[in-house]
Amino acid sequence: MPDAVAGRYLAIRREPVDRVSAVVEFRAASYRIGPREILKGLTLSIEAGETLVLLGRSGSGKTTALKMVNGLLYPSAGEVLVDGAPTTAWDPVRLRRHIGYVIQEIGLFPHYTVAQNVAVVPRLESWDAERIRARVDALLRQVGLDPEQFAARYPAQLSGGQRQRVGVARALAADPSVLLFDEPFGAVDPVTRLDLQKQFLALRQDLGKTSIFVTHDVREALMLATRIALLCDGALELLATPRQFLDARGDEAQAFLECLAWKADRQ
Amino acid sequence: MSSSLASEILQLTLEHLTLVLISMSIAIAAAVPAGILIARRAASRPWLLGFANVMQTIPSLALFGFLIPVPLIGGIGKRTAIVALVLYALLPIMRNTLVGILGVDAAVRESAVAMGMTARQLLWRVEMPLAARTILAGIRVATVTTIGTATIAAAIGGGGLGVFIFRGIASVDTAQILAGAVPAALIALAADGALGWVERRWTN
Repeated sequence: MPDAVAGRYLAIRREPVDRVSAVVEFRAASYRIGPREILKGLTLSIEAGETLVLLGRSGSGKTTALKMVNGLLYPSAGEVLVDGAPTTAWDPVRLRRHIGYVIQEIGLFPHYTVAQNVAVVPRLESWDAERIRARVDALLRQVGLDPEQFAARYPAQLSGGQRQRVGVARALAADPSVLLFDEPFGAVDPVTRLDLQKQFLALRQDLGKTSIFVTHDVREALMLATRIALLCDGALELLATPRQFLDARGDEAQAFLECLAWKADRQ
Repeated sequence: MSSSLASEILQLTLEHLTLVLISMSIAIAAAVPAGILIARRAASRPWLLGFANVMQTIPSLALFGFLIPVPLIGGIGKRTAIVALVLYALLPIMRNTLVGILGVDAAVRESAVAMGMTARQLLWRVEMPLAARTILAGIRVATVTTIGTATIAAAIGGGGLGVFIFRGIASVDTAQILAGAVPAALIALAADGALGWVERRWTN
């Protein structure tokens, strides 16, 4: 990997926030549907404040791994620990309200306004109206949307990038300790995506949240990750910092790095 | 038009409306929960949908006739007529409730679950509001059909505007048939218009 390319992708990345202890831990976690093993004994721990990117092709098991963290799926063997307790021991509703979840823009509730979308979890948690309103205003500002202008709009009245910002605000609403991102920026144009990625980094700087981020975009992984976990056919192929990843020798890592090199050669 | 005919039209129209309102209230109260049930439990789907389907395929005059000998719900009169109308109205409401709930985007449902909604919160805060328009469309179809079908109630002593129609057929009196058919058609049009308005309001 030429240094110029490495430099370009790393320049925008900020250094990891201080690491304390494992917030999420996969212990030989497997997931099987019938004879098909989608995730094969994943062992991995995610430390406080870090952004772990699960990188892989379609069908590599990265989304399956992510959904095991908030109990949308449970391991068929092994376990996943959140704050030290296995997900099977958590009340699923409590576990999920404790973890923010961002998916593509289509996950917003179409019958709720922007403000109501952001207020979903605080309302489920029965916050009082004044506290919710103040929180919604603060969050919309934090993700770069003017509450005056956007609070009363419906998702259908927003651009893809704006919807995605609302999705992030919604996930942050109840101040969860962990945030999960399932290819959140996949459906927006590249320019908007870069905006959202920059904002992700700024938010991380401000909030220091632990995040697990699923993507198939190697550039996104290099830009956002403090560590990259490369998954291939349900197995962990490589666990590396972005800088180490650029020097990785494995076939799958090379396949992903080729996506960068091709682009670099053209320029 | 003699004043006695006018007052009879008024009386039978009210009777007709009562039949329709009672039947539709019972049908909605039964079919919407049934639709929610079959949306949640796919295993119950063929049974409940099959039952409602069979009810709908029985010719309406025959369905009224079949109920006469049935104990408790059968016999001659309004009660039997209401049972038949309810059975007839189940299918469109149940099916539209199912379609409306299943039509909610999987990503929306998943994000509701991932936000930590319970099954009940998912249903009432997300699925039902998003399915409301489809369910209402089913209720609208069932209501308009029921207004027409309710004219057959007169054949088993259930009263309503069908009294004019059957009397007119028996005495080959077109005026009598029209005295029943025209108000029934007007009620159907009014109901269709009103429910259509509610449906549009709901989405805006």
